[in-house]
Amino acid sequence: MNKITKVFEELLKKNQKAFIPYLTAGDPDIETTEKILELYASNGADIIEIGVPFSDPMADGPVIQAAMERALKNSISLKKILNLVSNFKKKYSTPIILMGYLNPFFSYGFEKFAKDAKASGVDGILSVDLPPEEATPFYKALKNQEIISIFLATPVTNQKRLHAIQKFAEGFIYMVSVAGVTGERKNLDEGLIEKIQEVKKTIRLPVALGFGISSPEMIQKYYSHLDGFIVGSALINRMENDLKNQSPFEELKTFFLSLAKVCH
Amino acid sequence: MKYKNIPDQNGYFGDFGGCFVSETLMPAIEELKETFVKMRKDKKFQNELKSYLKNYVGRPTPLYFAEKLSKKFQFKLYLKREDLCHTGAHKINNALAQVLLAKKMGKTRVIAETGAGQHGVATATAASLLGLKCRVYMGTEDMRRQSLNVFRMQLLGTEVIGIDSGSKTLKDAINEAFRDWVTHVKDTHYVLGTAFGAHPYPYMVREFMSVIGTEAYKQIKKAEKRLPDAVIACVGGGSNAIGIFSSFIKDKKVRLIGVEAGGKGIESGLHAARFAGGRVGVFQGTKSYLLQDENGQALTTHSVSAGLDYASVGPEHSFLREIKRASYSYATDEEALNGFSTLAKEEGIIPALESSHAVGYLISHAEEFKNQLIILNLSGRGDKDVIQVKEIMENMQ
Repeated sequence: MNKITKVFEELLKKNQKAFIPYLTAGDPDIETTEKILELYASNGADIIEIGVPFSDPMADGPVIQAAMERALKNSISLKKILNLVSNFKKKYSTPIILMGYLNPFFSYGFEKFAKDAKASGVDGILSVDLPPEEATPFYKALKNQEIISIFLATPVTNQKRLHAIQKFAEGFIYMVSVAGVTGERKNLDEGLIEKIQEVKKTIRLPVALGFGISSPEMIQKYYSHLDGFIVGSALINRMENDLKNQSPFEELKTFFLSLAKVCH
Repeated sequence: MKYKNIPDQNGYFGDFGGCFVSETLMPAIEELKETFVKMRKDKKFQNELKSYLKNYVGRPTPLYFAEKLSKKFQFKLYLKREDLCHTGAHKINNALAQVLLAKKMGKTRVIAETGAGQHGVATATAASLLGLKCRVYMGTEDMRRQSLNVFRMQLLGTEVIGIDSGSKTLKDAINEAFRDWVTHVKDTHYVLGTAFGAHPYPYMVREFMSVIGTEAYKQIKKAEKRLPDAVIACVGGGSNAIGIFSSFIKDKKVRLIGVEAGGKGIESGLHAARFAGGRVGVFQGTKSYLLQDENGQALTTHSVSAGLDYASVGPEHSFLREIKRASYSYATDEEALNGFSTLAKEEGIIPALESSHAVGYLISHAEEFKNQLIILNLSGRGDKDVIQVKEIMENMQ
């Protein structure tokens, strides 16, 4: 069994939810990313999602766009990110998901990437612009190395699409909370709970909610309907404040702990 | 590999094309695909579109024999006068058809990206005509270069949003249009302006642009009683080129030549010649040639013309090149400017800087085309470019 599935199963036994924080690799530099990964792993992250920067992040809002731009300015690359994961895995066993856009993976070469990713300890991949219809070549390469492929479901995903997603999805379904881009929001999609129930009925996988989550209260509101929560932009905003104030990630850590607490 | 007129059911032209968008957009893409396939065969829709193209756009556009230029360079050159379309470029053919399609889908709002501003103006015009709300995304660098078109869109009742991220040009405007679409997917149609992006766009845009080729084919046969030796068109995303090429692809003796933006020269790295300097990648919804770095990040491009200043190229062009049915070359900024002024002086036609690349290429390679019969797709007029060209000329002195 893959490590991500195992995490969800163990949390279910304890009646807890998976807390999945996100960060953009290399934002603003590798050293900072290393520090934040440690902070996440030692303060209650169940799985960590690492964003792979791309020059044209079409599904991301301004916060992650800016994070990716900062990282690319310091010439982050997939090779450096795999190296980062490999170093992290020497100390921590927290499962790692790489989330990004297809072209950096495609440019690296699917087979070669899958092999190198396995060697570094990557557990799962989510390519935002890879719908199931196009997924086969990358999926197969990852499957050969026992790396799982994660797929999105959204408030506008219909039954037909859920069946297409079901064919490839492993680990958990990444439920997008709003039709829109990433970024903190005050309210999530109106019909979200019905949609989550529909997804759960169709696909037998845990469901984690992401995009737009801005507070522990929001997690509480949806707590009973889900198996996990993914938080990205809200954490990056705190990290940026800490960097500006030259504080050793105090605001980030306080906020992080408040999110971890409601999940567990 | 044999050329097939229609991409496969997943939107592939050979190895190129496909549909690479986030899950949020897939229902909208599927709805678009279904509606387009239906409307393609719907007589009422086709008649309505034809009527607008005739009475509103001014089609058919003339195929004009450029006598003086032909004499000067010893070839026989015909210009397909898309510059005479309403709003001044071929872009209206596609924009009008897509806005009509949006209306059939019950959408109340359209969005578009624009580089040179021509597609933005065309979409704003069609939205005004058909009564839909319209918003256009444009890089701030392009807004500077094309301020006249910005004002035109505003006059037409469209909201123009400046994009200050990335290279501040066409590709960044496309990113932002996609983000808008993801957010307003229920009531909005994205009028993509070129034969690019996720399936069905490259196919659909070609179909809406193929009217150029259909007309030119009949017109040249009538005028010369034969087919041309070559058809030349500039290639940004590649909609005007695929529009005129589409009718001639089956006639293998007709050379098809696409002209990309060579900027300040390939060696300088400051260009948008995807075939000369790129390799295959997945970008903004499709698999095609892409100017990218070793890590798969899209590169910043350069061209004097905003409409050609783009990192990738329509997938059908990649396919036509792969099967050697079309060839692709480039014209530098300097050659394009030469094409711009030569056509103005010799024929009294001021071409768009985009189309000037095709003219500039032809002039630079005049020897190769000696005594040949050529059609050049004059995709747009240059009114929008005169201020920029004036600045460039003053700086050169």
